[in-house]
Amino acid sequence: MKRSDGAVASAQVRERKRGNGAVHDLPRPNDAGGTGLLREDRANLLRFMAMMRAAEERGLTLYRQGKVPGSFYDGCGQEAISVGAAYALAPEDRMCILHRDLGAHFVRGVTPDRYLANYMGRSGGVTGGKDGNVHFGDRELGCIGMVSMLPDMALVAAGMAMAFKARGERRVAMTFFGEGSTANGQWHEAMNLAGVHRLPAVFVLENNQFAYSTPNHLEFAVDPIERARSYGFPGVNVDGNDVESVFEAARKAVDRAREGGGPTLIEAQTMRMHGHGAHDDMSYVPPEMFEEWSARDPIDRYEERLQAEHGFTAEEVASIRDEVKTYVDECAKKALDSPMPDPGEATEGVFADEWRPLGDGQAPWSRWSAPERRAA
Amino acid sequence: MSGGVAEARPDGDPAAPGRGSSMEEPEAKAEGKVSEAGAEEAAGGVLTYLAAISDGLREEMRRDPSVICFGEDIGAFGGAFKVTDGFAEEFGASRVIDAPLAENAIIGAAVGAAAEGLRPVCEMQFADFIACGFDQLVNVAAKLHYRQGVAVPMVVRLPSGGGFSGGPFHSQNPEAWFLQAPGLKVVAPAFADDAKGLLASAIRDPNPVCFLEHKGLYRNVKGEVPEGEHTVPLGEARVAREGGELTVIAYGSAVHLALEATQQLGEDVEVLDLRSLCPLDTEAILGSARKTGKVLVAHEATRSCGVGAEVAALVTEQAFEDLDAPLRRLTAPDVPIPFSPPLEQAVLPQLDDMKEAIDELLRY
Repeated sequence: MKRSDGAVASAQVRERKRGNGAVHDLPRPNDAGGTGLLREDRANLLRFMAMMRAAEERGLTLYRQGKVPGSFYDGCGQEAISVGAAYALAPEDRMCILHRDLGAHFVRGVTPDRYLANYMGRSGGVTGGKDGNVHFGDRELGCIGMVSMLPDMALVAAGMAMAFKARGERRVAMTFFGEGSTANGQWHEAMNLAGVHRLPAVFVLENNQFAYSTPNHLEFAVDPIERARSYGFPGVNVDGNDVESVFEAARKAVDRAREGGGPTLIEAQTMRMHGHGAHDDMSYVPPEMFEEWSARDPIDRYEERLQAEHGFTAEEVASIRDEVKTYVDECAKKALDSPMPDPGEATEGVFADEWRPLGDGQAPWSRWSAPERRAA
Repeated sequence: MSGGVAEARPDGDPAAPGRGSSMEEPEAKAEGKVSEAGAEEAAGGVLTYLAAISDGLREEMRRDPSVICFGEDIGAFGGAFKVTDGFAEEFGASRVIDAPLAENAIIGAAVGAAAEGLRPVCEMQFADFIACGFDQLVNVAAKLHYRQGVAVPMVVRLPSGGGFSGGPFHSQNPEAWFLQAPGLKVVAPAFADDAKGLLASAIRDPNPVCFLEHKGLYRNVKGEVPEGEHTVPLGEARVAREGGELTVIAYGSAVHLALEATQQLGEDVEVLDLRSLCPLDTEAILGSARKTGKVLVAHEATRSCGVGAEVAALVTEQAFEDLDAPLRRLTAPDVPIPFSPPLEQAVLPQLDDMKEAIDELLRY
């Protein structure tokens, strides 16, 4: 994720004060036209989507082998959303990532071994066995992990945005939720709070057509994106299976938030191609829906697009997938080697002894990276 | 004065008919006894419990710019009970933030802000309304450090307690709810100086702290309060009165009931004010129980699985052989707090109940 010199020349250097008073230069891709995505960014977008698919497939295998306690949840078919949206953030921005958004964790810097170890309840998991599956967030990478009450994190993200605004920092909080969450009062409380205080927040709504088994028409009478206006901020509908469309919508929303313009609700249309959990046979989904959405697989589509529009060769695309597969295999071995936690840890950590700041995440979009990476 | 999502508030003139609720009556009555808590009063010396809370909060906000207040009607209006009266003028709207009437929003946003380094002090207009923000408190705030190592330094101020016909939704003592949510600290001061000192410690603590401030004490309890910085450590009980024949273990309003009863009876009774319910000062509880051999646990909250039950279990598990009598509880029965004065008085522990309980236990 090294910066290319040519791009640096066209980058706008922006300064941003942080809470600790330090000033970071944050070069940014030119936004005179296009998405500002460079060739290496496009390779990254494919890489992270492929990594999410491969890691989740591997996780599902581990689940079927009986190595994963509880159930198994993935975001198959939704990879473009978490990857595209997270890719627009800067290191100092913050995220609350949900259960169909593994790609966002990878963009921020979580490695697949820590994800797989978390599923298996191993000490090498992000939560060290304290919480399972995708209920994690790496505080060192600027993330606060989800709870099972799915709309809740929208309020936590709004609160982080409130802190940024209170301190006059040009930082952004982003979170995800499914369309199912929009039926819950906490979601409305979050949208309303963000609208009233014009918080620098980006809300990414993944409409994957079903809340567990409940279809859209039994979830809401008005498409949730239309509600954004009533909370006083824009709602944008994008093709959630097109990673660059998601990225572009997120980039604009992040810019808007950073410039003091307030929140944006992005609704990404997609389809949950697997069950709510691995225990769910999806008998409630009409077969033609699978056919329709299979033809729009975000990874297949992006591979084709990279070759058709961005000069990637078939070999390059194949090598990205192969590299990812090898890497995920290595990560799976590492996760399996990770020991189970010591039972004595079960009663530790209920209370904090001190507050420590969250760390900054990896932000590989062209010229953004965490400070230590920039220095390196 | 009523608030929370459960009740819409009339718009327009605050003095208009229909605006007033039963909540204004006890305040009006109380104001006749002691002066209003105001900015000019809040600089140490003899303060009401209410002014001491204001003073402690103001002191911490002056000391630490990361401390913010977040709640309903707390800005220009100064809060339903005027704890933040004058705060908006001194600290500005960016630190004294009026929230929409949405308790989950208050708690949930405070969690995010706290994780990012602010020290939010949330005000529930009445403790009862924490029910509307409960999910964020017990599922998000309480568990974040255990699950992910994310510290959540926030305080939830909870005006609690009955005795003024507030009815079932403005009178509750919900402390036991929080004690079943590991990760939350819970404090319930009984005196003005402790109210200031415990609030300061709660704000400085890196964990979510539920701060129960009993409305009945707001203007009825006064005391010498240290000026300037004053902290009282969380988790330490205080001997409010020394004695040798019996221990009343209490917190909040029940402490005053115990002191009054003890004084009227003229008996050699110790009154232990728990101050903190989590962490609980087990050493002080066991020490006093062993010393006197007779324990009465008293609180205004309902009986089953309350603090009294926990203290009783602790004492019987660890000091059984030092007891000279079965431990006794004086609490509200397991009913909602009724509205009508005779009904409410029948439910909340009264002075005569306390005197009778002490007397019976002494004579055991």
